[in-house]
Amino acid sequence: MNTEMKYNRVRALFSLTKASLLNISRNPSTLVFGILFPIILIAIFGFIGNGSSTYQVGFSTNTDKSNPIYVAVSKISNLSISNLSPTEQQSELTKGNISAIIDIQPGNYPNTANVYLLTTAADPQGGAIVSNIITSIANEINLAAAHPRTIAVKIITDQVAGRKFKTIDFILPGMLGFGLLSTGVISTAFVFVSLKKTLVIKRLFATPINPGLILIAEGISRLIFSLVQSIIIIGFGVIGYGYTLVNGLSTFLAMLVLSAIGLIVFLGFGLLVSSLVKNENAVPSVSNLITLPQFLLAGTFFPVAGFPDLLQKISSILPLTYFNTAMRKISFEGANFADISKELLVLVIWGIVIYAIAIKMFSWESEE
Amino acid sequence: MDKEIIISVKDLVMKYGSFTAVKGISFDVHKGEVFGLLGENGAGKTSTLEIIETLRKKTSGQVIVSGYNVDHHQPQIKSIIGVQLQAAGFYPGLRLTEILHLFAGLYNVNINPLDFLKDVDLLDKAKSKFSDLSGGQKQRFSIATTLINSPHIIFLDEPTTGLDPQARRHLWELIRGIKTKGTTIILTTHYMEEAEILCDRVGIMDEGKIIDLDTPSNLIDKLIQTGFKAEKKIKAANLEDVFLNITGKNITD
Repeated sequence: MNTEMKYNRVRALFSLTKASLLNISRNPSTLVFGILFPIILIAIFGFIGNGSSTYQVGFSTNTDKSNPIYVAVSKISNLSISNLSPTEQQSELTKGNISAIIDIQPGNYPNTANVYLLTTAADPQGGAIVSNIITSIANEINLAAAHPRTIAVKIITDQVAGRKFKTIDFILPGMLGFGLLSTGVISTAFVFVSLKKTLVIKRLFATPINPGLILIAEGISRLIFSLVQSIIIIGFGVIGYGYTLVNGLSTFLAMLVLSAIGLIVFLGFGLLVSSLVKNENAVPSVSNLITLPQFLLAGTFFPVAGFPDLLQKISSILPLTYFNTAMRKISFEGANFADISKELLVLVIWGIVIYAIAIKMFSWESEE
Repeated sequence: MDKEIIISVKDLVMKYGSFTAVKGISFDVHKGEVFGLLGENGAGKTSTLEIIETLRKKTSGQVIVSGYNVDHHQPQIKSIIGVQLQAAGFYPGLRLTEILHLFAGLYNVNINPLDFLKDVDLLDKAKSKFSDLSGGQKQRFSIATTLINSPHIIFLDEPTTGLDPQARRHLWELIRGIKTKGTTIILTTHYMEEAEILCDRVGIMDEGKIIDLDTPSNLIDKLIQTGFKAEKKIKAANLEDVFLNITGKNITD
């Protein structure tokens, strides 16, 4: 090789990214956790949910019935308003026959309202759906108030009523988070630890490529893989279960962008695990320590609203929680990126912190 | 006869924490020779090699490879050398041809992977994955990857460790073939016979120091001159020759 020639980094990066991508896509555990599991879970939840998509809700006696939210709920086809007495409503709620009791009161300022939602452990799914519907309606009303150019509440209410909320609308964002966290943490950790142990990375280090580019190539290949992963999961949801893309293509693209951001943050965790763990056998335990609490507490499968205070506090600092919230806002409510700036900020801060620690602890060898 | 020096090592020291693995060694490697570092495990051979390969940062000393200083010109050195690490692996999911394409991209060269596989007798395994190969095949493939960038110098760290006699001999032929093309070869080994057969010069390393450095023939002569007599009566053949002759010289790996 002519050493006078300038080294073509792009070509080297491309070759390495391609090799890494082939390696990941042929890895069974990545395919299983990243694509197969989410799809199976969607199928299961979608199947269960598609049966009964009507939910009973109750309103408190002195609910403000002129409030747009009440009007909207009364028009939504899969919500039916119970006409039982308050005591009977409570009892039905405990049994899970009523999914939620809603109480609408005037707020502290003119033209505002406070909405209180009582859900039940006996029907977490229904509670989640109703909670999402109410939140969605409230957000759209608030958006309309905040953006002067938008239309009057009445018209928005009609639009909301026209939509049918399905279980899949709640489940799919969580499944995306599940898949991306798996790819970002578990697959990265496994592959990296194994590559270091079998001296694959050290062999790459002996070539002229800049060591940092080796990490970047691994990152890009996982990004590409996760985009494909997201497209498959969303596609499956749309085609198989009629998943709602509120604003069609722009919602789809926004979801992909958010997926990419989420993956980059989760990759930092994967990198950290691979730096902490020397032995492939320890990878599952450490990875699970990072992923399982998030799967359970981030609202992936069910809302956290009914959990004890401590768990809710934990939930409020987990990155997956913010990812799931942001994803639901985009896909459920048609929010744009300005509307999820808070969630994005938390994700970015998490990313910076984790990458700082991971890079500091990173070594090219599996043991010294 | 003045031989051109292609690698120069001066007062090399390598410390891992409080443990000194390499205790100030100096030697030169001549262009086109097969130079061996012979010693037991833990003698410091691999550390020495990794430092010259720019894979490890030395504690002190000076190492020059083909005019480049390992402290300042790592990319240049990496582009003119080939490296076979002891027991190294490759991306497990990739086929042999794909691995060769990867390294071609990393070295910025264009190659036909099948030519390289043919040179090491692995053409029929082109579509296999590295993990599917036998020990001897893996070592042969490893050596093939060291040649992708047509290097001036290749480093082989214990190239035949763990191989059976037939695979070992096959690899020796391969290494001799590489030498005839003018490539300088540095290898480490703890097999005395290998050092004797392959190397033009051998440095004997023990506990971080080079105890002696000379051609195998001179080293043996020196020993005999001290009055040394080998324990066993040396026959014209040994047991390994018997084994190979009985099982046939065909490669079975």
